[in-house]
Amino acid sequence: MKILVAVKRVVDYAVKIRLKPDKSGVETSNVKMSMNPFCEIALEEALRIKESGRASEVVAVSVGQAQCTDTLRTGLAMGADRAIHVEYPGTLYPLSVAKIFKALVDAERPALLLLGKQAIDDDCNQTGQMIAGLLKWPQATFASKVVLDEGNKVATVDREVDGGLETLSLDLPAVITTDLRLNQPRYATLPNIMKAKSKVIKKLTPLDLNVEIRSDLEVVQVTEPPKRQAGVILSSVDQLIDRLKNESRVI
Amino acid sequence: MQRLFALTSSLSRRTRSSAAFSTSLLFDNTQKQFKESVAQFAEENIAPHAAEIDRSNYLPKDVNLWKLMGDFNLHGITAPEEYGGLGLGYIYHCIAMEEISRASGSVGLSYGAHSNLCINQLVRNGTPAQKQKYLPKLISGEHVGALAMSEPNAGSDVVSMKCKADRAKGGYILNGNKMWCTNGPVAETLVVYAKTDMTAHSKGITAFIIEKDMPGFSTAQKLDKLGMRGSDTCELVFENCFVPEKNVLGQEGKGVYVMMSGLDLERLVLAGGPLGIMQACLDVVLPYVKQREQFGRPIGEFQFIQGKIADMYTSLQSSRSYVYSVARDCDSGIINPKDCAGVILCAAERATQVALQAIQCLGGNGYVNEYPTGRFLRDAKLYEIGAGTSEIRRMIIGRELFKEQ
Repeated sequence: MKILVAVKRVVDYAVKIRLKPDKSGVETSNVKMSMNPFCEIALEEALRIKESGRASEVVAVSVGQAQCTDTLRTGLAMGADRAIHVEYPGTLYPLSVAKIFKALVDAERPALLLLGKQAIDDDCNQTGQMIAGLLKWPQATFASKVVLDEGNKVATVDREVDGGLETLSLDLPAVITTDLRLNQPRYATLPNIMKAKSKVIKKLTPLDLNVEIRSDLEVVQVTEPPKRQAGVILSSVDQLIDRLKNESRVI
Repeated sequence: MQRLFALTSSLSRRTRSSAAFSTSLLFDNTQKQFKESVAQFAEENIAPHAAEIDRSNYLPKDVNLWKLMGDFNLHGITAPEEYGGLGLGYIYHCIAMEEISRASGSVGLSYGAHSNLCINQLVRNGTPAQKQKYLPKLISGEHVGALAMSEPNAGSDVVSMKCKADRAKGGYILNGNKMWCTNGPVAETLVVYAKTDMTAHSKGITAFIIEKDMPGFSTAQKLDKLGMRGSDTCELVFENCFVPEKNVLGQEGKGVYVMMSGLDLERLVLAGGPLGIMQACLDVVLPYVKQREQFGRPIGEFQFIQGKIADMYTSLQSSRSYVYSVARDCDSGIINPKDCAGVILCAAERATQVALQAIQCLGGNGYVNEYPTGRFLRDAKLYEIGAGTSEIRRMIIGRELFKEQ
């Protein structure tokens, strides 16, 4: 069974975000970039499935600018067998990425597609769902536990939902997006970093996959949230209701 | 003192500097990947224990750092693969040393003594039988290694050592003391230098491999040190300790070559220690000068502070460039004693100054032990002394330059 894992290159989670002076977005030059934490968890799960003998190959895929190869190399150092980089220098939105993945899945025919539930830069939480929709595959998002049956035909997935845990049974092939408590990703140790040097990163463009990148979305402006104002102690409930109604206009 | 509490809680969270200091000319992609990987490992597994290690003068009891570092393949970076090592070079070893020291100076020093002073000496001078016997457990982290050459009365003048090794049937009987042995209290395997011929000066020194359980070998009091606390250091005592013939490292009477050539590489790898400490100083100072406000502005906007952080940054980057270029040369087989001494002389003295400036940037808070800057200074100072004092290093470099004329 082949597993495809989507990994995204994002600003490192520990970095304090700064805005570009022209407010067109977040500053990314000279800033530490890393693999999206949820993508690390997805890749770790794929590697564990492979180590248990259930999968024959784990392929890491990233879509974006040239430096995505750094993220893919990390993925290879963690243990992925090979990688695919779909190079596109511009801005990408979930639907475009989903279309690219549909084309890749049609070509590679994996039995399982794993993604992080969302990327920590845009927090969209859409790509996995959209891919499943385009492929007409079953999906389980926010996975906190994944168990495959004997014949690799059915995946039983625990999902973290608002009310608690929901268990779904999916027929493979399927899309699963991972949540925080699924596993603890491994470190890339030096011997594996060395082994990764000989692993292949295949380069493709959206054109190779017959996908046209266009977006119905345009980022107009990115600003910081307003500075937190000091609190006020009110003297009565009536005053509170008045403030909520007439000042904050929330009731 | 109001500010202290607000800043303590934020400083106890991750306050690593987000600035990715440009090191693009120093490392290739694989080395950069390794550096990031070790940095992450050290940050998550070693850094959380650093303050307590310093306070208690012990390594953590609930987690075996030696084994953890062994699992991460950090001990045998320069050792051959057949014994569990990685067969890589000094650039990788220095990178590991730097990132571990960044998390904890004490753990870094103990790691350096174990992986370079002991393991690398065995790699460079051991017979296949000796390597097979001792390296695998040292490299996995199951055993800890140490090296002892200095004595209470023989520090810089190490060749005047008095620890005797008298010939006996099947081996040697060792008598004497060794001082300031890093990892001494916990080591299972120790490389020890003793005089087989007290009259032959430097040509009378032989290197031996000592095992902790050898009768007649014991360790005395653990030293209570200014810094590098938790990196256990002690005096070694040899009282009619029998060492078999097969435990001679190198050849009888040729110990000084083992020692001196080892010292060059020891200085190179240990130079990663002060680099890590300087980086740790910047990791603390840069966010602090952004948050701390006086006169209505972050103190980082004032020129005096900007001057200080500029000095700290350039000290780190220039030392780093020197260390890694010499590491690259050593990997190509060009081992130049005056540069090996030069890198640690340079990095160590800069690190002490950077740590002093770090305390100064934090002002009153820098003087309080809740902040790590005091520990950085106390740890940094060691590197001006161990592995040959700055004075000895200067002498080595000056003497070589003069000879080359």
